[in-house]
Amino acid sequence: MSDTMQVPSISACPACVATPLAVDRAAAAAAETPARIMLSIPDAHCALCISTVESDLEKMPGIRSARLNLTLRRVSVDADASVSPDQIIERLVTLGYPAYELDPGTLSMTHIDRQGRDLLMRLGVAGFSMMNIMLLSVAVWSGATDATRDLFHLISAAIAVPTVAFAAQPFFRKAWSGVKAGRLDMDFPISLAITLATAISLYETFNGGHHAYFDAAVMLTFFLLAGRYLDFRTRAVARSAAQELSALEVPRAIRLSGTVEDTVSVSELVVGDLVLVRPGGRIPVDGEIVAGTSELDRSLLTGETLPVFAERGLLVTAGAVNLTGPLTVRVSAAGKDSSLHRMADLVAVAENARNKYTTLAERAARLYSPSVHLLAFGAFAVWMWITGGDVRLAINIAAATLIITCPCALGLAVPAVVTAASGKLFRAGLLIKDGSALERLAEVDTVVFDKTGTLTMGTPEPVNLADLSRADLEVAAALGAASSHPLAMSLAGAARAQGVIPVTLDHIAEVPGHGVQAMWNGQRVRLGRAAWVGAEALNVTAAYLAIGTQEPRAIAFADRLRQGAQEAVAAFEAQGKRVILISGDVAGAVSDLANRLGIEDWRAEALPQDKADAITAMQAEGRRVLMVGDGLNDTVALTAAHVSISPASALDAARVASDIVLLGASLAVLPEAQRVSMRAVRRIRENFAVSFGYNIIAVPIALIGVASPLIAALAMSVSSITVALNSLRLK
Amino acid sequence: MDILAVLIPVSLLLGLGGLAAFWWTLKRGQYDDPEGDSQRILRGDYDDHPKP
Repeated sequence: MSDTMQVPSISACPACVATPLAVDRAAAAAAETPARIMLSIPDAHCALCISTVESDLEKMPGIRSARLNLTLRRVSVDADASVSPDQIIERLVTLGYPAYELDPGTLSMTHIDRQGRDLLMRLGVAGFSMMNIMLLSVAVWSGATDATRDLFHLISAAIAVPTVAFAAQPFFRKAWSGVKAGRLDMDFPISLAITLATAISLYETFNGGHHAYFDAAVMLTFFLLAGRYLDFRTRAVARSAAQELSALEVPRAIRLSGTVEDTVSVSELVVGDLVLVRPGGRIPVDGEIVAGTSELDRSLLTGETLPVFAERGLLVTAGAVNLTGPLTVRVSAAGKDSSLHRMADLVAVAENARNKYTTLAERAARLYSPSVHLLAFGAFAVWMWITGGDVRLAINIAAATLIITCPCALGLAVPAVVTAASGKLFRAGLLIKDGSALERLAEVDTVVFDKTGTLTMGTPEPVNLADLSRADLEVAAALGAASSHPLAMSLAGAARAQGVIPVTLDHIAEVPGHGVQAMWNGQRVRLGRAAWVGAEALNVTAAYLAIGTQEPRAIAFADRLRQGAQEAVAAFEAQGKRVILISGDVAGAVSDLANRLGIEDWRAEALPQDKADAITAMQAEGRRVLMVGDGLNDTVALTAAHVSISPASALDAARVASDIVLLGASLAVLPEAQRVSMRAVRRIRENFAVSFGYNIIAVPIALIGVASPLIAALAMSVSSITVALNSLRLK
Repeated sequence: MDILAVLIPVSLLLGLGGLAAFWWTLKRGQYDDPEGDSQRILRGDYDDHPKP
């Protein structure tokens, strides 16, 4: 390890080669470098959380320091290499804070960080220059004349020109790339106004003119940078957090060649290879089972909660989880041809079909850019004609028009509201991945839920334990504890929670695909499938317990509702939205859940494409659909919907396909989020109205040629501040 | 009006001083966790020696 570390340290520091001591020291430091572990804690929200998390983690052996960032809900831990992230996560969970590990490599985010600091630095420079220039400008406005005025203008120029050259670069760069691509976006009129104002003021300064717009040029830069920075921050926070969530699961498979097992990347597998899938592992390819019996959990693929019995000859698809026994699978399709990959293709098709959404800001810019240019150019032409060719006056008036119409308020109108709204939603546990998602969420009138993993936790829990005698329960708990099957584990857990002490069993054996059996007090006891135990199968999810020759008992299971599911459905219905449940699970399970939640409209046994088709059909009727789902079978539907939400526990593919990620466990925040988004859109519209209103008053003043730098400064700052304050009302 | 010869450099220097202070806070990462800082100020744990 230290050898590999030395190489870069030498190349990074050529001087170190001359001093071997330094090399040794660097290597020693590298070996001792504590691991920095980053964890996301979505539930952290208060001063108490800081003390609890930090002081408790610092008491753990091997941890040097821990710091909780409440803004990003992230704790960074400096720990010895001996401390594993899992230990810390476990510790945090016992404190009541669920945590996810983050990859510090992608998190150091040097690029994004640097970009943010860069913008902030430009904002700072613009701010401080603005204040200094304003001091001088106020002196001029209040009556400085002749030499004093010219001196003040000169000093202003000395501050303003370098400031504009440095601080306004982001606008110049974007405007230039826009021009090269043949577009006129917001940055072009902004750059034009800033450069024209600076240039004309320089000219006036050197010719002893009365009006200089240095303060306006710098103020414009400042307010627009503020908007830009807010916009950047919202997106950077969302992007980094979304990156964080993507689990780094490298797709690997165990290939059997003869009796040798070797671990290879899934992409290296070819049709005909034999692949071993251990219990608990995910099947990496499509294929046919050639050896072994087990049960498969296909809930993420199809939404079925009940595990499927798997034996020799069964065709399996990639993505299913093997539960009880080892399976050998002969590959029938790998890589591009596998069903996993076909799903990705479907998602790509749906993505193409999704209309490009035009945000309010884009619509405003489309209207704004050409009209501003026309207005300024018209003013120039008309005044040239009126004055019979006074270029200086005409350009002055055109510049004043550009400055006054310049979208200070417009540039703040959207970012300020989106920052306030996404901050509010983030505190509620929702992460907006895409800025336009907020606007799209506001338009929603239909909500489609997936069942397994979304409305329910995807973990079954026993519902009729009370029907069992204490003695039976003790046996069942002991049998359940011996298996890693989800029903068995849930049964054992529930029994433990009731204080049941499991009996001691002998000769415990798990029969893959069937259940667990053992000997107890000289009789055979079994927990497993109905046919194997000798019981009549019920039409609900159940495990069956047989003790000796007694009548077998059924232990029925129901999927546990996700926290807040009931409230969310009720609130959406109270808002007058249509709530629909579409699941890949069997009709019985889906209708049960629909009844429990009071959803009238439900569909069962839907294939991934069916879900997407249903949503596309509703949208063709003019409905705006919010899709909430978590599974692989939901990804196409998530992409097809107007806006989509997936829980943080969802598969990577589903999270990538959705616009908003639910970080907390409860669904109850969704209706509230929808209300927040509607309020946010209303604020954005108000802001546009405000800045438009200011323009209606100020533009005629500029056009008739009586706009002074004082009026320009007033119009600009008052409208920007109004807009910023209006956005803050969202809280 | 001679006072201007003093006051203008002073105001410029003050502005530069403010900018330098801002630059320093930015470099030290003091804007990384505004929400956490607003809560930390209410705690007495690090009153004597601030946490690094």
